Amino acid sequence: MRGIEKHFGATRALAGVDLSVAPGEIMALVGENGAGKSTLMKVLSGAHSPDAGSLLLDGTPYTPTNPLHARESGIAMIYQELSLAPHLSTMENILLGIEPMKRGLLDWKTMRAKASVALEAVGLEAIAPETPVRELSIAQQQLVEIARAVALDSRVLVLDEPTSSLTAVDIEKLFKLVRALSARGISIIYISHFLEEIELLSDRFTVLRDGSSVGSGITADFSRDAIIALMVGRNVDELYPRNKHTAGAIALEITELSGIDKPKSASFQLYEGEILGIAGLVGAGRTELLEAIFGLEPITNGDVSVGIYSGYASPAQRWEQHMGMVSEDRKTQGLALGLSIADNITLPKLQGLGPGRLVMPAQQEAACTNWIEEIPIKCESARQQTSDLSGGNQQKVAIARLLHANVNILLLDEPTRGIDVGSKAQIYRLIDSLARGDSSKGQKPKAILLVSSYLPELLGTCDRVAVMCRGELGEPRPVEEWDEHSLMTAAVG
Amino acid sequence: MNNALFQSFRSKTLLNIAARFLALIIVFLFFAIFVEDGKFYTLRNLENIVRQSSVYATAALGMTFVIIIAGIDLSVGSIIALAVVVVAWTLNLQIDGPGGELVYLVHQYPTVTPLLACVLAIGASSAVGLLNGALIVRLRIVPFIVTLGSMGIIRGLAKGIAGERDIYPPEETWIGGLMDPTLTNKAKSWMILPAGVWILILCIAVAAFILKYTRFGRHVYAVGSNEETARLCGVPVGRTKLIVYGLTGFFCALAGFMQFSYIGGVGQPTTGVMYELFVIAAVIIGGASFSGGEGSILGTIIGALIITILYMGGQQMGWPKWVQEMVIGGIIILAVAVDQLRHRKLT
Repeated sequence: MRGIEKHFGATRALAGVDLSVAPGEIMALVGENGAGKSTLMKVLSGAHSPDAGSLLLDGTPYTPTNPLHARESGIAMIYQELSLAPHLSTMENILLGIEPMKRGLLDWKTMRAKASVALEAVGLEAIAPETPVRELSIAQQQLVEIARAVALDSRVLVLDEPTSSLTAVDIEKLFKLVRALSARGISIIYISHFLEEIELLSDRFTVLRDGSSVGSGITADFSRDAIIALMVGRNVDELYPRNKHTAGAIALEITELSGIDKPKSASFQLYEGEILGIAGLVGAGRTELLEAIFGLEPITNGDVSVGIYSGYASPAQRWEQHMGMVSEDRKTQGLALGLSIADNITLPKLQGLGPGRLVMPAQQEAACTNWIEEIPIKCESARQQTSDLSGGNQQKVAIARLLHANVNILLLDEPTRGIDVGSKAQIYRLIDSLARGDSSKGQKPKAILLVSSYLPELLGTCDRVAVMCRGELGEPRPVEEWDEHSLMTAAVG
Repeated sequence: MNNALFQSFRSKTLLNIAARFLALIIVFLFFAIFVEDGKFYTLRNLENIVRQSSVYATAALGMTFVIIIAGIDLSVGSIIALAVVVVAWTLNLQIDGPGGELVYLVHQYPTVTPLLACVLAIGASSAVGLLNGALIVRLRIVPFIVTLGSMGIIRGLAKGIAGERDIYPPEETWIGGLMDPTLTNKAKSWMILPAGVWILILCIAVAAFILKYTRFGRHVYAVGSNEETARLCGVPVGRTKLIVYGLTGFFCALAGFMQFSYIGGVGQPTTGVMYELFVIAAVIIGGASFSGGEGSILGTIIGALIITILYMGGQQMGWPKWVQEMVIGGIIILAVAVDQLRHRKLT
């Protein structure tokens, strides 16, 4: 892959990536969340077509038009989310789309034979080809996916975070298999956050940062620290307003809070006028922590205290306790994109927008116009459909909702994900001004819990930062005691 | 420039309603031209169209709420039949008279009995709606399956109450006269429109008001547009759904009273078959989307009129019943296809 670029609207997801992998080589692709790894792999698999750059497969130009084409060309992808049909048998899954036929009918005999060969290649010879996939364990299902790639005679195998849901024993087995496949001449692209895995497994690595490939080399020649430095090494620009915040009384106290799987016994205190950051990798349990606090996920143990209230509370009760949350995924969770800006902003607090239980659209819009000007949200009017806005402005709508509801505690989950730099800067300034408060307008300093995967953002805006790793939340420490390197080291465990 | 964009946005919703109104006029003109002797646009036929469409439109009011929350209710035809049968059954009740002989309740208490009939029918229909809602919310069964099941159960219940026969109440009451034509009936011409149509008009106003100006109405749109967001914002998602299905039961009871009168004051347990098709079609043609978050009362009413005109126009053109059914089925697919295309353009 040479000089691959990809733009989504105004956002540049890939800004010139060079990547190569030799036959039989295990190449690790590393980078922070949002560095462009998944986008790059989607280009490789034909799901996206690149805006610039070229792809060569065995020295000949290769332009995948769709995922099927990529598969036929010998490129197999194994995503985090498994893509098997759970009700079908193992052999049907392995040969899905390339079922052997005889006189227009399925040739079950050949199918069984071919599937057995593929299963043997991945060390699953104990599994009968007729077994429905849903009866297999997650680790076995993953191997079935790899068997599918083997049956297709794939030459390039892409594994995207394959160990995230595996146990240590299964990981060991998987590594053995990957090595065996590479010995057969199959090229492996291995994507992972976990640097220890990369050190164990890969021959070479390539680091992606902000959509560009910033370095590559022989894994054995680089220390873990050197790779981390490549992953995070960038200049902190002028995005962040560094104002002094004065911490007041305790606004929110979490004691040994546990959810069903994550978080595991998390504790911290959040003060008024403070921005507390939570760093960690995707899947570390940060979103689950916020959701447990906000009542969207059950609490199995521990306590959440907000002022005089203590224990579990529903989201409706949390809003009444002047707590609000911006969720990580604005499309599926955060916003009702089909509704107007006014509807989205006022939804948690429709009281007072008309007599009794009535809601007057004119009052709804008037209440929002204020925030639209102050934040500011770029739109035609409060009646505009939210889906018409840019990502950054949509995110500002999600934050305006908390301001309309007059919250004192803000839980922000990735508030700047996937938005342009200009909007990011506005959101940072907004967060900062909320934490400072404004005595001239009688606004008390607010307490802010900020979850982010973007390290400069945490270092630039937060007063204290805690790191979450595999469900466990570390001790919050003043931001001065952290740098990107130490955060990343703590996050990868 | 901002102002021009603003204008274009405001006219988008207006355009939607206007386009539907245009479709209504086209369908009407089609039959006005092709039904011979101008029989289609006589006042009497227009009144018939309004009377017939009232039943669909009343039930479709509830269905609009259901489809806005991205649900579906297939049991409306059966609930209408249940209401019809409960009304007839109550009017047909017999009690021990003063002399020990059996007398009809309605003869003994001529004013209270029809009211009792209405209360029982509304109670039964709303209870069915709430039960649908409770199964959907508590047991998390998809609405399609729950209401498909209750469609069968309620139809059976209606037949059971009626003893698998039509019930002929002994006395004409005002319920039976709800849909009496006012054009040909001198005694009722002062009402201009049949009483049932006035009830519908009142219901339209109330339903539109609820959707637009109440907290509940805003919650309905929010749950339909994005249930996760609604939950995040503290909207009582389960309760909203429960009330919506209950409301549909309530409107079906009113539709049942109209149907009872329209078919001549008979408690017919087999009435209202296939009405779910007409009612859902009215809502979808009216601009609601199966993916939720969209729909309006005004659109639904236009949809109900289009369906009725197609149905009655087809009859008057002498189309056989099988052709009519095929046309209506085709129109539904067409309306949903247009809905899909519209959404694809938006995203």
